[in-house]
Amino acid sequence: MNLVRYVLARIGFYVFVVLIGMIFAIPLLWLLLAPFNSQAMLSVQIPDEPTLNNFRAVFANTHAMRGLLNSMIQAAGAMVIITVVASMTAYVLSRVRIPGRDVFVYVLILFSSVVTGSASMVPIFLLLFSMGLVDTHLGVILVFTGGLLPTAIFIMRDFMQSIPKSYEESALVNGASTWQMIKDVVTPLTRPGMMVIGIWAFVNVWGSFLIPFILLRSPDKMPAATATFSFYTEAGTPVITLVSAYALIYVLPVLALYLFVNWRYGFQFFGGIKS
Amino acid sequence: MSKELQPKGFQIISLKVGLLLFLPAVVFITIFLLFPFIWVFIISFTNRTLLGAGARDPQFIGIENYLRLFDFSRWMQPGEFGHSLALTVTFVFGSLIGQVLLGLAIAFAFNQRKGAVREIMFTLVTLAWILPETAIGFTWLAFLDGRAGTLNSILGSVGLSTPDWLIEYPLRSVMMFNVWRGTAFSMLLFSAALGNVRPSYLETADVIGASTWQRFRDILFPLIRPQFATAIVLVTLWTFNVFTPFLLTQGGPAFRSDIIAIHTYRVAFQFYEFGRGSAIAVIVMIINFILASIYLFGVKRKGVKK
Repeated sequence: MNLVRYVLARIGFYVFVVLIGMIFAIPLLWLLLAPFNSQAMLSVQIPDEPTLNNFRAVFANTHAMRGLLNSMIQAAGAMVIITVVASMTAYVLSRVRIPGRDVFVYVLILFSSVVTGSASMVPIFLLLFSMGLVDTHLGVILVFTGGLLPTAIFIMRDFMQSIPKSYEESALVNGASTWQMIKDVVTPLTRPGMMVIGIWAFVNVWGSFLIPFILLRSPDKMPAATATFSFYTEAGTPVITLVSAYALIYVLPVLALYLFVNWRYGFQFFGGIKS
Repeated sequence: MSKELQPKGFQIISLKVGLLLFLPAVVFITIFLLFPFIWVFIISFTNRTLLGAGARDPQFIGIENYLRLFDFSRWMQPGEFGHSLALTVTFVFGSLIGQVLLGLAIAFAFNQRKGAVREIMFTLVTLAWILPETAIGFTWLAFLDGRAGTLNSILGSVGLSTPDWLIEYPLRSVMMFNVWRGTAFSMLLFSAALGNVRPSYLETADVIGASTWQRFRDILFPLIRPQFATAIVLVTLWTFNVFTPFLLTQGGPAFRSDIIAIHTYRVAFQFYEFGRGSAIAVIVMIINFILASIYLFGVKRKGVKK
């Protein structure tokens, strides 16, 4: 009786795994296979004669390449500012007894969940408009920085609280200045946390659609996120082979960073790591 | 050095340096979070537009924008606020049930298992969550395509009907998409929680001869109840604000997938009615505030120990 139940449970498990696995795999598999097909295929098919021509065509398309460069500029810019500012802030929050700091953190988290992209698109647009930053890389970078900073600070604060203060104290006792202590003791100790925050910020900006969609108008400023969208919505029937090749190139950095994080730190996530 | 032995007021860095390091974050958050939050309230009481007189010289018009949203003679018509709100409730509820149950099922099925199958499954579900939304949106357009999409070729091969999903069932399509996209969060949350359950509890259950369902209901579920509450509140909050379905349907056809984020976008950036768009945003923020408060002061306080 027990054996029967065991066998049935195993069968049930594998049916479940295969079914759910397929549901998650098929759309991703299409993204992996379609770019290598010489003909446009909307269904998942292994190409008869795999070709790299679609990638050649994408690399020859200056507009598409410009999109990837723009994504790089915006994601890297936001990544640097977010990592530096979040580290500074989190360090202060974990070391200095600023009055009301716990309230500050709670209010920060509350606000960042209340003022979302869909709720703040009008004032953000008007704000950037009045600052003359609509249709600029800087505008996109600043808006992402403001939006992602609270979560970044929150994660970094948790990380910094786990680092014992004794290293810093001994540096100070041995006569280091505040700046030397931050440069030679704090920065090396927090580097793993900064890596994680940096990657997290980069991936978020790289993959987001709404903010560049609202703030950018001219094609030469658009990142790959909005460029892909205009490739497949404009000009009638999209050239599926080319758009899929472009989409695959576009997801590769995220894939690479995921594999890196998974290998180096183990993919873990904190409260609201994905905003 | 323990706290008592430190001289009074000893700090690693002085308050002055601390405040200096703190300043950039305050500036960013004030300009890009606090200021939009306050300004959206103000704009919502004006007739501000992008172009024309409303742009040069917006007038205060009191609660007119709100009266327009809650004009009950028309608000359930397609493309209106009430219609969008009702669609959003269905969308959030369907996505929530799908994501939480599917995430729980996967986490439970792979509880106390290791190996390649688990790694592959978790990687697939996680990639669905973290890959850029535009690329994922494009693959789903292909997946759901009425004539040549993979979903219909599978359904057709087993003799089921093959509708044009995005045209005939736009809301169900974007719900399906959103469940696929977001299940990873619940899965990772539950699988971490189940991983912390002491194996001895389950061994005892095995000795007694409890069934899988009994093990789940009587042992595992009560232990992961805090995470369950977390998943429900956060998934509701995120799904309520999600704009990604725009990539599949742009809210159509005929406003049938016009969920609230898309509705706000249309009013503000296609009709350029910033005043009315802001009034919608205010209502969205009030709902967000309620959900976030439930999470921060209800679920998180009780559930997660620091």
